[in-house]
Amino acid sequence: MSQPSDVEFVNVTKRFGDIVAVDHVSLSVERGAFFSFLGPSGCGKTTSLRMIAGFDQPTEGDVRLSGESVVGTPPYKRPVNMVFQHYALFPHLNVGDNIGYGLRQRTPQPPRAEIEKQVSETLELVRLSGYENRRIWELSGGQQQRVALARALINHPTVLLLDEPLAALDRKLRREMQIELQTLQREVGITFILVTHDQEEALSMSDTICIMHDGRIVQTGSPTQLYDEPINRYVADFVGKSNFFEGKVVEADGQGARIETPAGRTFAGRNPRDAASLQAGAAAVLAVRPEIIFVGSPGAGAPYDADVEAPAVIRNRIFLGEQTEYLVEAEGLGEVLVRAPKHAETQTGGFNPGDQVVIGWQAAAALALEDA
Amino acid sequence: MRLYAIAVYLFLYAPIGIIILFSFNAGRHASDFRGFSVKWYGKALDNPFVMDALTTSLTVAFTTAVLASLMGTMAALALQRVQGRLRALYDGVIYIAIMIPGIVIGIATLIALVTAFNFLNPLLASAWPGGKPPRLNMGYASLIGAHTMFTMALVIVIVRTRIAGMDRTLIEASTDLYATPWRTFRQVTLPQIFPAILAGFLLSFTFSFDDFIIAFFVAGSESTLPIYVFSSIRRGVTPEINAIGTMVLGVSLSLLVAAQFLLRMKARQARAAG
Repeated sequence: MSQPSDVEFVNVTKRFGDIVAVDHVSLSVERGAFFSFLGPSGCGKTTSLRMIAGFDQPTEGDVRLSGESVVGTPPYKRPVNMVFQHYALFPHLNVGDNIGYGLRQRTPQPPRAEIEKQVSETLELVRLSGYENRRIWELSGGQQQRVALARALINHPTVLLLDEPLAALDRKLRREMQIELQTLQREVGITFILVTHDQEEALSMSDTICIMHDGRIVQTGSPTQLYDEPINRYVADFVGKSNFFEGKVVEADGQGARIETPAGRTFAGRNPRDAASLQAGAAAVLAVRPEIIFVGSPGAGAPYDADVEAPAVIRNRIFLGEQTEYLVEAEGLGEVLVRAPKHAETQTGGFNPGDQVVIGWQAAAALALEDA
Repeated sequence: MRLYAIAVYLFLYAPIGIIILFSFNAGRHASDFRGFSVKWYGKALDNPFVMDALTTSLTVAFTTAVLASLMGTMAALALQRVQGRLRALYDGVIYIAIMIPGIVIGIATLIALVTAFNFLNPLLASAWPGGKPPRLNMGYASLIGAHTMFTMALVIVIVRTRIAGMDRTLIEASTDLYATPWRTFRQVTLPQIFPAILAGFLLSFTFSFDDFIIAFFVAGSESTLPIYVFSSIRRGVTPEINAIGTMVLGVSLSLLVAAQFLLRMKARQARAAG
């Protein structure tokens, strides 16, 4: 884990006039990692990426590439390349000339044959062999995406930056490209830094995700860590789905806390690693992932020792194939989203809107979080 | 309504059609068609005065087009960086330059230059180290100058529209791929705006080539083709004049069509790529 870092932010702040886009951010990206900035639009993730590329300069703080400060270094002198959101391919050049663009800027310029050879190799890497002479507008969205990737990768940058690279693709193609990007990253071993607002994209591809909100880092960690140990409501809400029950902390011991809802029910929840410990009396929230909640017929008994049980009525059934989601109205809890896997559905036979059911969960799987 | 439209177009184009028709007249009078012939074209091209005027017109138009597209493009690029009130001021001045009637430009340029020459010529004569001092006079330079000032505004407007329609991230992509600002300009910006520059060049050429009003005031002793046509008309309209008119029309129209084609083609390409 103690690899040298390729990209480092030391207390970086970026202001545009009165607007603070990035607010005292410090981070470090390991060499060869697949790192993602995840957050809603306006959270500062794109500005952070642009500061690594050199299109924006930090107002305060230091940006380092391979340990050396690059503040003030123009983009064309940085060993990083970017895949732009709308690809930004040069419309007046064909595919081969687009990809060879970076090589042609070198002094001395590599011989023509050498450039052609590398272009064809890179095209092969992105599975577009033989496309050298195509015009850009003849390509489909997915193909343009690959050309944009090839145009960046051919330069063997220290860091490859990807700005919402899959946003313009349709869902199926996006899934394919996610897998492809991940495979490609392992193959070439270059540090990838991805900016996205799509949690699924970040979760499926990254080694490390940095969740940003209002220009600040909320939490940095592996996808599993962010999913299982979110440090507050914001992260739990942004990564995956969660049910939130708001209330006040009645007691807390650093390991976990008990939260009392306005309706008068008290729930126990675990305190995630890295999360600030809760204080008694503070506003807090109990986060329960829909897949850890079971749903069963009344009297059929819980599949395990549930710490919390509540009678409920099915409001809505959403069939997702490998699993089924139920929106239920539970006594004393309000609307709760429950996810039943296929095998559970086979056992219970499934439920329909209006059915009386019981839902429940184990306290150890619920999280007591700061309401932020 | 349709009849009305036909009447309007007839009124507009019938005289032009008649000029073209009568340029092929075998007879020697403009109003009396005596069979088909191209002899007047040959006559016009054999006439040394016509050829002289044509050479003047082409030289002036070409130089004007080169200067206007060069300076207009540079101005358009520079104006991209100007913001706010100053920008609005520049925009206003450019549009005014396009809208000022030719006769005003002609008179104003004439008066300004004559005043300047009257002031400078004695100074030059007294400061000249010996021999015959050169005299500043109306002629090629004043023609080119006046035409360039006017057509430059056209080029600025055309090129600026193209720059505004250009994808900014292309510039960023180029710098990201190690191209210095100069190389980015040469390899990305210039190819992107080149059709607009060329269109501006053609329009400037056409304008200068066709212009009579401004040229009439500032040409001095030089005679451009329109000036020649105007002065020979006083001796009666001959089929030779019609032939010249038809040739000018042909050249102008094809240049205008070419300019339009360039502007459209690029816009379509940009849309396809976007």
